[in-house]
This record gives sequence, C-alpha cells and structure tokens, in this order.
Amino acid sequence: MSTIWLQPKTLPEALAMLAADPALTPFAGGTDLYPAQAARFAWGEALPEAILDLGALPEFWGIAADATQWRIGAGATWAQLRDAALPAEFDVLRAASCQVGGAQIQNRGTIGGNLCNASPAADGVPPLLALDAAVELASLRGTRTLPLGKFLLGNRQTERAPDELLTAVLVPHRAGDLRSGFEKLGARHYLVISIVMVAAMVRMEAGRIAEAAIAVGACSAVAQRLPALEAALRGSRPGEVAVTPGQLDHLAPIDDARATGAYRREAALVLVRRLLARLALPEALVA
Amino acid sequence: MILTVNGADTRCDVAPGARLSAVLRDTLCLTGTKVGCDAGDCGACTVLLDGAQVCACLVPAAQAEGHAIRTVESLAADPLGAALQAAFLHHGAAQCGICTPGMLMAAMALLARDTTPSEAAARAAIGGVLCRCTGYTKIVDAIRDAHRFHNAPPSEEGGVGARLPRLDGVAKIAGLDRFGADEAPPGALWLRPVRSPHAHARFELGDTAALAARGIRLLTARDVPGANSFGIYPDIKDQPVFCDGYVRYRGDCIGALLGPRAAVEAVRFAELPIAWTPLPPVDMAAARLPGAPVLHLFRPDNVLSTGRLACARDAPEEAHVAEGLFETGFVEHAYIEPEAGHAERIGDTISVFACTQAPYMDREEVARVLGIAQDEVRIIPSACGGGFGGKLDVSIQPMIAVAAWITGKPVRAVWTRGESMASSTKRHPARIRARAACAADGRLVRFEFEGDFDTGAYASWGPTVAGRVPVHACGPYRVPHVSAVARAIYTTNPPSGAFRGFGVPQAAIAQEALYDALADRCGMDRLEFRALNALRAGDTTATGQTIAHSAGLPACLDALRPHWAALRAEAAAFNATPGPIRRGTGIACMWYGIGNTGMSNPSTMRITLAPDGTLTFFNGAVDIGQGSTTVLTQIAAEALGLPPAAFTLVLGDTTLTADAGKTSASRQTFVSGRAAQDAAIALRAAILRLTNAGEGARLSLEDGVLRIDGAPVPIPETLEGVGRFDPPTVPLDAEGQGIPYATYGFAAQIASLDVDTQLGTVTLRRIVAAHDVGRAVNPTLVEGQIHGGIAQGIGLALMEEYLPGRTENLHDYLIPTAGDVPPIDIILIEEPEPLGPFGAKGIGEPALVPTAPAILSAIHDATGARLHRVPALPHRVLEAMR
Ligand SMILES: Cc1cc2nc3c(=O)[nH]c(=O)nc-3n(C[C@H](O)[C@H](O)[C@H](O)COP(=O)(O)OP(=O)(O)OC[C@H]3O[C@@H](n4cnc5c(N)ncnc54)[C@H](O)[C@@H]3O)c2cc1C
Ligand code: FES
Ligand code: FES
Repeated sequence: MSTIWLQPKTLPEALAMLAADPALTPFAGGTDLYPAQAARFAWGEALPEAILDLGALPEFWGIAADATQWRIGAGATWAQLRDAALPAEFDVLRAASCQVGGAQIQNRGTIGGNLCNASPAADGVPPLLALDAAVELASLRGTRTLPLGKFLLGNRQTERAPDELLTAVLVPHRAGDLRSGFEKLGARHYLVISIVMVAAMVRMEAGRIAEAAIAVGACSAVAQRLPALEAALRGSRPGEVAVTPGQLDHLAPIDDARATGAYRREAALVLVRRLLARLALPEALVA
Repeated sequence: MILTVNGADTRCDVAPGARLSAVLRDTLCLTGTKVGCDAGDCGACTVLLDGAQVCACLVPAAQAEGHAIRTVESLAADPLGAALQAAFLHHGAAQCGICTPGMLMAAMALLARDTTPSEAAARAAIGGVLCRCTGYTKIVDAIRDAHRFHNAPPSEEGGVGARLPRLDGVAKIAGLDRFGADEAPPGALWLRPVRSPHAHARFELGDTAALAARGIRLLTARDVPGANSFGIYPDIKDQPVFCDGYVRYRGDCIGALLGPRAAVEAVRFAELPIAWTPLPPVDMAAARLPGAPVLHLFRPDNVLSTGRLACARDAPEEAHVAEGLFETGFVEHAYIEPEAGHAERIGDTISVFACTQAPYMDREEVARVLGIAQDEVRIIPSACGGGFGGKLDVSIQPMIAVAAWITGKPVRAVWTRGESMASSTKRHPARIRARAACAADGRLVRFEFEGDFDTGAYASWGPTVAGRVPVHACGPYRVPHVSAVARAIYTTNPPSGAFRGFGVPQAAIAQEALYDALADRCGMDRLEFRALNALRAGDTTATGQTIAHSAGLPACLDALRPHWAALRAEAAAFNATPGPIRRGTGIACMWYGIGNTGMSNPSTMRITLAPDGTLTFFNGAVDIGQGSTTVLTQIAAEALGLPPAAFTLVLGDTTLTADAGKTSASRQTFVSGRAAQDAAIALRAAILRLTNAGEGARLSLEDGVLRIDGAPVPIPETLEGVGRFDPPTVPLDAEGQGIPYATYGFAAQIASLDVDTQLGTVTLRRIVAAHDVGRAVNPTLVEGQIHGGIAQGIGLALMEEYLPGRTENLHDYLIPTAGDVPPIDIILIEEPEPLGPFGAKGIGEPALVPTAPAILSAIHDATGARLHRVPALPHRVLEAMR
C-alpha cells in the first residue's frame, strides 16, 4: 500500500534512514499499523506513505540478562515473551502475553510496537510498569533510557522523537520471594481489547509484603501505578490492608462502547483486590 | 522477491509492503487463503509462517521473504493435513466454508505439536479465527478427531436421516470453493464505492475532470440507465443505487470510482469534489416527533409499516400481571465474507457473479436498474461466505451491473470490512413495551405488545419484520387475549433488514422475560409454567389458525425436564457456598413460522434422467452454508430410490435452474425440500413406467446403466420430474387473523451460567437445546445449524452491539469466539409435518431465537437482576443488579 518501503539490515543503517527522513513510520509486526490502515482505507483516508521496516534488524530480537537487568529486544513477540524461560516476577508479563489477541497476533505483535502504539488498553504496559521497566531509545544522536512511565505521555503519545527507535525494554533484576500476576477483563474470551486490566508484582519477606507494585490499565490515557496502595501494603501481612477506592482516585476512566467509566473504576478495584488475594496465596507460586 | 510458498520458491513482482494475503491471492492465484477484514480480526487469512500461525493480511511480503509459507493448498498432499480435512468433512465443520482454510491452518499449527489435543488446546488454537456459522463445536470435534482420519474411515451414505457429509464440502475444505472475491474476468475494471461519512446530509458533486485525467470515472446517479432505486418490496423501491444529492445514513453510497485497481485505490476521498451540508441525524424518537424531517415523501410520518394482531377468546380470570420495557440494539450479520463479485456485459445481456441469498430477486433488481428485461440478466451465485439474511438484499450487484453495462467492460468489486459493516443491513433495534397476565393457576390470559423497530434509512425487510412480529409476539403458547402492534420506523441509521428471525428474537426477549416473572408470581417452576401453556397439536393460535400437526413444544419441554432438574440442582448446590460467583439456570421457548408470512413463496425443482444415464438435479436454492444442496439431494434421493452420489448437481444459476425462492425464513428444507421430493416422485413414476414396474421396485444407476429390480433398462429419451410447492397460507386481515404459515418450528433451550456479581461478567457453562424439526433430514447439518444459531444468540445476549461510526470493524464489534460457546447438548424432536418432505420443517432461524432469552433468564435466576437491554455487557449486568 505504501509507496516507500525501506528495509534496513542493521540498526545504524535504520537510524541513518530515520535521521534522513523522520517522517518514516517504523513498522515492526504491523499488527497495529495494518489494521489502522484498513480502517482509513475503507473511508478513503490518507495512509502512511513511507515505511521503515524493522523486520530485518538483528539488534531487535532476543531476550537476555546482564549483571543488572533483563534486556528484552523491542522486536520480542508476545509468543517469545510467553514461551521464554523468565523468572517469577515475569509471570505478570507472561500472563499478559498469553491473552493478547489470538495465536496469530502473539506470533507477530511485538512489545516495542505495543509500547510505541501507546494505546490506553495496551496489555504490555501495566505489567512493565509493575516491573519498573525502562525503555531504550536510539537515534544517530545517541541512546537514552527512560522509565516507561515517563515514555508514555498519553493516548497514542510517547516521548519518542521522530528520529528515534525503541530498541529494548529494560527490566531490573530482583531477588527474593517474588510473585506476580495479571487480570484482564474483556467482553469475550479470545481476541478482546481490555475493558480493564491489572498487573501486580509483590515481594514477600517473612510473611510480609516487602514491596508491592500495582498498575491498572484502560482506566486512564496511560496505565497508572497505585502508589498510595503500594505504600499502604509495604510491611503489611497479606489481607491486613484493605484496598480502598481512594487509592484508585487518580484513575480517570472514560465511557466508551466497551463499558462506562464508573464501571471501569469499580471493576479495577475488584480486580486489584482479587489479584492481591491470589498473589498472597502460596499456590500462586506454582501457578 | 522470492517467496517460498508450499515448499516451492516463487518469484513475485510485488511491492515489499503488499500484504501476504494479497500476494497469495492476487499474484499467486492461491485463493484458498481468504480475506475477511484485512485487520487481523477474523483469522480467515491464517497461514503458517515457519510453522507458526499468522494472519497473512498482517504480514508484509518483505517480511515473508526467506520464510516458509504454508497455505491450505498444501494440506491435501500432507497426511496430517489430509486427515484434518477428512475430519472436517466428516464432522460438518465447514458450513459456508469461508473460515475453513484459516481454521485448518490454525489447527495444523497445533496438530504439528500435538496430534491428540485437549479441548482447551483446540479452542485456544482457533481462538483467533472467527466462524459465524458453526458455533465452533464441530470444528473443535474435527480437530481433536483428526488423528483417526489417517485412513479416512468411510462417512455415512444415504438419503433422509443419514449423516451424509455435505456434497459441496470437498471444495470448501480444499480452499477451492469460489467465493465472490475469488475470481474475476481478465481485464476487469475495479469499482470502489464512495460513501457518506454523515448519517444525514445534502451534498453537491463538482467537476470530476481531474479524476478522468487519472483514468478514473466517478459513476453517479446520472449514470444509472434504468431506475436508480432498489428495494425488497415491489412497491417500495426506496434505496438509490447512487444517492442524488441527499444521504440518509453513514455508509449511503453517493457514487463509485471505476478504473484500474491501483488508480482507484489511490484516490483519497478528500480529493473528491463533494460539498457536504450535514443535517441533524434522526433517531426513532426524533422520527416520531411532530415536524420531524420527512425521510421519504411517501411516508410523511416516517412510519414505514405497521403490523397488528388482535384476538379475544374465552379466558380465565386474570390474577397476576407482569410488564416491562425491553430494548435491543443494531446487530451486524458479520458474515466473514464481505460482499464481492463481478459483472460482465455480453451483448445485450448482463451476467452477475456475486454472493447472494436470493438470485431471482437480484435478477429483478438488476433488470430494473439497467432498464432491461429480466431474461436478459443472468445471476450466478458465488459460493456464499455466510448470509444470515444480510445477503438477501442486493449490495454490489446493481452498481457493478451498471458499471459493466455502460462501459461494456467487465467490472469487479470487493468491499472492505469497514465498508461492508457500514453499508449493509442490520438486525432491527427494538423498543418493546409488553404486558402479560395469567390466572392464579398459571394459565395465560393476556399478552399485550407494542414494539417500535428502527428500520433505518431504507425499507429493506422492515415490512416483513412488522408483519412477522405480531404473529409471534406472544410466543408458542395458548393466549386467549393478544394485542400486538409492531411498527417499522424510518431513521437515519443503517437500513435494518433481514437477520435470522426477522424481529422474532427481539420479541422473544420481552415475551420470555414476562413469562418468567409470571411463573415466579404464581409460584410455579419456569419450565412447568411453559409446559402448562405450550401450544400443542389441535390448538388455535392468536391468528385463528388451528395447528393440526407437528407442534412439538410439549415434547421439547418433556425432553428438557431432566436436564432442567439436574442443572437447577447443580446450581443450588454451588450457590449453597457463598461467594461472588452465582450460578443460574434459565429457560426459553420459541416458535417460528416457516416461509413467508401469509404470502405465496413457491419453489420449483427439476430432476432429469438422460438416455446416457446422467441424473441431473436442477436446484435453484442457494446454499449459503446451511446445507440445502446436501439436504435437498438427500430428499430427492430418498424419494427417487437412488443414492445421493448418483446425482449430478446444477445449482442456483438463474439461467439454468428454476426459481426456488430465496434462502430465508428457514424455508428451503420445507418448501424446496417438498418440491424436490415431488420432482423425484414424478421422475420415479416416469422411470417405473418404462417397464410398468410396481411402486416398490428397486432402482439402481451404475456406469450409466439404469436397472429396475436388477434388470437393465434402456432410457429412450430424457425423463423429467418437476416439483413445485407453495406452502398453503391465508393472508392476514387487518386484525392479524389468517393462516400466516403452513407450519412452525418449535424449540426450548436451557442455559446454565455463572455470573460474577462483582464484575457483572457472565460465563456460560452449558446450553441444552431441544428442537422440533419435524424430521432431521441430515442430523449433522441440523446440529450445525443449532450450534451456529446458539452462537449468534450468545452474541445477541452478551456482546454484540453495532454503533455506526464506532464499531465498524470486527475488533470493536465483538462476535463470539471459540472460547465463548459452551458445550451444547442437542435433543432433536421429530414430530412430522405432513406437508413437509418426509415430515421435515426448518431449523435455520429457530436455533437462534430462544438462546438470548434463556441466557437472560439464567442471569435473573443467578442474581435476581432482569436485563432490559441487550447486550448484557458487564457494566449493564452490574447496573441491573442494583
Ligand atoms: C486482532 C488483534 C488483537 C489484538 N489484541 C491485543 C490485545 O489483546 N492487547 C494489546 O495490547 N494489543 C492488542 N492488539 C494490538 C497489537 O497487536 C499490539 O499492540 C502489538 O504488540 C503491536 O506490535 P507490532 O509489532 O505489531 O506493532 P506495529 O503495528 O508494527 O507498530 C505499532 C506502532 O509502533 C510503532 N513502532 C513499532 N515498533 C517500533 C520501534 N521499535 N520503535 C519505534 N516505533 C515503533 C509503529 O510506528 C506504530 O506506530 C491486537 C491487534 C490485533 C490486530
Ligand atoms: S483477513 Fe486477515 S484477519 Fe481477517
Ligand atoms: S463456516 Fe465458518 S464462517 Fe461460515
């Protein structure tokens, strides 16, 4: 469909192309781009003219650990995230990956595309927020790292400069008794955009919650952590601290075809409570 | 670039960003891979890329290069693939077949790892492929059973009652069936409609010279040689082919770009010289206000049509009353095949190849629009990738015919999903006020019904809905006092047309909810309340018709009773432990008149036996996946006394076959089936006359040799049997009295489900469906219809809501996936209909009607909340609980 299609073979080559023409649209798995094109085409609207195909960049693939962190290539697909041998704190991302689209989307859609597309309902965002992930952005000008929460600015808006590519997602190593999980609520079983989703990671120490990270998606333009709840949970025993609506006050859910804002707020509270209850159970470790 | 497709390296001259689906279909002519959305939502395009299932519509050719691509065309040569295909055929896993290639490829990815997958694994593997026909059950069965088909066990043969695999099934599982988008004459011009983005507007077209310079022509109202209008009713041709300065819905067609495909597809509508003046949209409430804009001059009050029924007979005294307001929204047919086809002018005749449910009606419309005689129009139905009522109206036919007629060049069109959804007809949204009353002992006394149906911008089947609803409004029960009014109201919404049930599913939601309430009020079990009031043979309906035979509702309820008791007991046991999940059991009944309402709807079938022994069945009924090709052949075979395999089939082509009427109103098995039976009886008589053989003589036909009781008999000349059947009806009078249908299908279904009372989500556990089908000519196909109808009922109840401009794709418009259809138990009741072929009636629509009310009944049972609006989205369920 598009008139210009560039397929660089290395990252430097890609960055040079992008520097030369920042209007190029990066293309990873195409699972967001092609559907958006189909919708525009049906109504005779303009389509992206020039594409930078990231499919042949070796730097994009692979999931690896160094001394301080995990490095997930931007081109990692949901299927790779689903099947990779990652430690327990990644259960949250694994669970999200299993529920994105159907098998076809999981085989093609990438984590980098999910973050750059910056949909409020992107299933990759809450898990990565809960894991304190950062994103690595590269351009000819250099490489920078941003916490994910700083990278995402709003509905379909990110900090990415037009000449930058997202090259990797970085997740710090953690140790201890880690448990994590994901709850997705939609109106059908497979292939469904989330009405609400909740991601949580907790570190237990001597029967107490030493650290909790909880994020809620599809209830605001960008998924949000719940700092007040996290603070309240720190040092508590599971079940000791009640999750209150006030801890979700900063969410700003909207009414749309899928649900009302009021419903989303309420469902988020229920899902947070349930997820925490589930993670506090020792069986969650085996699941 | 070089693509490795099915093991062979193939050089393709394509753009790097071309979708793999388009490359396979358009460049490599591998049309087995289907396209339903170009957006990853339907999975029809699923192929394997290095063994992993992917949507070919989301893979750019550049990223496919260097990887092994596998399509449905490769399956037959692979033992596992062939076994899977054989299992699909045997289980009836393909109905219309448009999803089948994608399903097969998704299943292959699974079977390559695990040849005996669990049910959960099989469902997950096809979770990304939508099927609108089958309800997935038989697909899952076929996948799990594929390992047994390595040396394909023979499938059943035979006539009526046999589980004969569908006769058109081999092409479907091979990906060789020709759907509307699968072929076109060489050099065909590409036609692309231009549609209104506004629900209601005036517009002016400017100068199109700039387009002409690019080799493109913009066809408009002025280019239509005949009448620029079409519509189902001969006296209400209210929909223009191309609007003339005024549009009545978002999606209304104002013209069409015609030219070479690439040029036409490159046009951005913003470049077109169209000046819009938007007008305020008109919904049902606005349409009825004094001074409302008049949408069609011949209906100054915007009321297209009103149907009424009133009857009052002796009745017991009223003791309990229930009433309510119920609302349903637009429902999209969501057939996986978007509208497509091609047209070609041949001298002074025109030939149109397109997906359709009603070739003879298409012929009338095309002739009228071109201003030529009907016999100058030939309609060749393509394989139809799902219809459900939505392909009863013409869509592309008039415009491609106009384009081919005036240019003299072949013309093709394939609509995008967005265009299909925006422009095609929908299920009528309904706003129903109803009131029901019963005596202290539970006997029904009264049912009052007033329903407004949003018929949208154009009439389409609106009058049919207004006519059918009052007859069915009180449900399949004895009700002495009935008053029912149904109005079809013009608005600036998408045209509402025919959709499996013609308004009856909406009415059933109201009626069954009120009967639940009455049962509760008299302290009766909900099933027993229905059994007490159920229509039975010998009863007289509210239209004054006495149903002499084949009224199997009591038998359906008897069959359900043990399931009802067991599921209720299970729910009670589960609910004894407190928790947020509450289990409920619901029930609903339905009836459905087969064929047109109080109107003639004949079918003619013809069978010939040529001197060389060729036995030909000329069958004009369009098989849109429901199985008429197979079922009618089984009926003919049974009546003739030869096996189905002996027949050569000539199918629905207006030049070669007689008018069988449209594939709608669940009528083909009953009406065309009876015609086929009569044709076969006539031919059999002609054959027996050759030797003056007795009635019971045994026929055989092998290698062109006809034998009667074992003795070869020469065939002197072509023998023929013709059958015509028009179900006997009496038109309804002003009070709705008459004999609207010759026979009715009856059913009752139970739904068992869990409601999460904190989230409002509903999880279906089981559906038990008892259907009186008269006679199950092919039980596999009947089950397939019931599964598919139930899946659509689930969608209506729980997730489907078309909002113009907001849910115009299969991403935001949700239809059930393989994970949303629970186990279904089917109980077939066979109370023979004497008029029907071997006692058969219809099943297409009946399957859907009771599902949504049964689900709503179960939600009420679980939570005490009564939903007054569907779909029961989680937020609505929670709201209803408060
Ligand atoms: C049927 C279907 C179901 C889906 N279900 C879900 C779901 O359940 N949950 C969910 O979250 N999403 C879902 N999606 C959306 C989509 O699949 C995901 O967002 C996916 O992860 C996008 O990745 P991609 O590689 O395909 O992105 P692309 O379409 O290639 O790109 C998406 C956007 O990101 C940009 N981009 C991509 N990579 C980079 C990069 N490295 N650097 C800079 N910019 C980049 C592109 O320019 C584009 O704007 C679904 C999509 C479909 C079609
Ligand atoms: S056509 Fe590819 S998913 Fe629908
Ligand atoms: S058989 Fe699946 S869509 Fe028709």
